[in-house]
Order: sequence, then structure tokens, then C-alpha cells
Amino acid sequence: MTTEEKYVAAAYLVVFVAVLVYVLIIAAKLTRLERDVEELARLALARREERSEDREGVGVG
Amino acid sequence: MSSRNNQVTALVALAGALMCAAIALIFFYAPVDQDGLNQKIFYFHVPIAITAYVCFGWGAWKALLHLWKRAPGADLESYVAIHQGVIFGSLTLVTGSIWAKVSWGRWWVWSDHQLVLFLVLFLFYSAYFMLRYSVEPGLARENLCAVYALFGVVLIPISFLAIRLSESFIHPVTFTRHGPQMATAQFATFCVALASTIALAGALYRVELAGKRLDLRLHELREALS
Repeated sequence: MTTEEKYVAAAYLVVFVAVLVYVLIIAAKLTRLERDVEELARLALARREERSEDREGVGVG
Repeated sequence: MSSRNNQVTALVALAGALMCAAIALIFFYAPVDQDGLNQKIFYFHVPIAITAYVCFGWGAWKALLHLWKRAPGADLESYVAIHQGVIFGSLTLVTGSIWAKVSWGRWWVWSDHQLVLFLVLFLFYSAYFMLRYSVEPGLARENLCAVYALFGVVLIPISFLAIRLSESFIHPVTFTRHGPQMATAQFATFCVALASTIALAGALYRVELAGKRLDLRLHELREALS
């Protein structure tokens, strides 16, 4: 492999690695967002259960 | 939302297809000229630089829309476009330096106006993030960032034209008033590479924007539930 070929390969590698790192960052963010959605869904369910318990606790008459 | 997701998928597929086509054309179709194998870097270095200009320009346009029409979400779109511009700008500097090392024997030439002006433009927009994250979120920050993004856009035509206005023509001039100074096959390859880079930037822009919007919605939802 000549020096010129090595530099050309390096230039393309830099672009490829940059795109790969970007995709990895987006993937990590997506994982965090999924975790957040699950946490919020749990929170919303807990709220609904709290409300239904409150409603049952209130006596009629 | 579904239509927006379909658009992102289509854009990612288009970017991938164009990228494959561009690489095939660069290595199996475009002839090698007097610049030698090093010229293969040109097919990605110049489109990446143009894409960085497009991203900065788009970011400034969105900033203008925010200030002028108070378009909802324009501030976020401006921020994401500038972020893309900085990513493509850093790639321009790295690939350009590699090209320069082979062609000029040096990684950087301070006497070249095009290089220095691009570096100034890149540093200017890099500082945008320092400004953005040093101010509390709100309308004041949005206005401040929009004005800053608009100031930077002035540097784009200067940076773009510097190569032609420069007295020392160290940087090669490929596009002149008489058209592209290259063979038809090389120009066709360049056009495909440019289209692929712009499509890639568009896809990354849409994906990042979708992530940021989702993040905001979740933040609002958390506040509503807490």
C-alpha cells in the first residue's frame, strides 16, 4: 500500500467513523428515551391506581 | 407522526443508496487526473464542505423564521441544523488536512484564505453551543441564539468566495465562471457524491430533530405527571 493510498483510506475512514459514532450516539439516546417512556408509563399507571383507590375509599351517603 | 417517520426512513434509504453509488463511481468510474489517487478525497471533501455551508445557511434561515414569524419549533430546528453544520465542518477540516498533507506536504497552510476563513466559520458556530448552554432555556435564549446564528451566515459567502478573491491561489479552484474544471465523468461523480452527502445530512437532521422533539415531549409529560 502506497503512502497516497493510506491517506485516501484514512480520509474515508474518518468520514465512516464519524457517521458510525453519530449512529451510536443516536442509538444510546434512543435507549434512554425508551427508558424514560417506560418510567413515565409506570408513573401514569401508579397515578391511575391511586385515583381509583381514592374513589373506592370515599363512602357513599 | 407516521408520515414523518416514513419520510425519515425514505431519506435514510436514499442517503444510503446514493452513498453506495457515489463510492462505486469514485473508485470504479471517475478517471484519475494529474492530482493522482489523492483526488479521490476531493469527491467527499468538497461535498462535505458544501453540506456544512448548507447546514449553517439552513440554521440561519430557521433563526430568521424564529425572529421574524415566531415559527414554533424554529429555534430547535436552527440548533439541530447548526449542530449538523459543525459535524460536517469538522469533517471538512479533517479530510481537507489529509488532502493537503498529500498534495502540499503540510497538514495546514495559514496563508490560504479559504482554509482560515472556513476555520473562523467553524469556530464561530462551535461557540454557538457555548452561548446556548450558558443561558437559561426560554425566549431570551432562543432570541440570543437566533441573532448569533444570523450573524454567522455573513461569513458563509465570504468563506465561499475567499478562494476566488484570494491573491495566492494555493487552494485549487475547480469551479470557475467558465464552469467545472474537470472531465464530465468526474463532474457526474462529484454531483452524485454531493447529492449523497446532502441526503445524509438531511437524514441525520431529521433523526436528530425527531429525538430532540421526543425528548421535549417527554419532559413536558414528566412535568405534567409529577
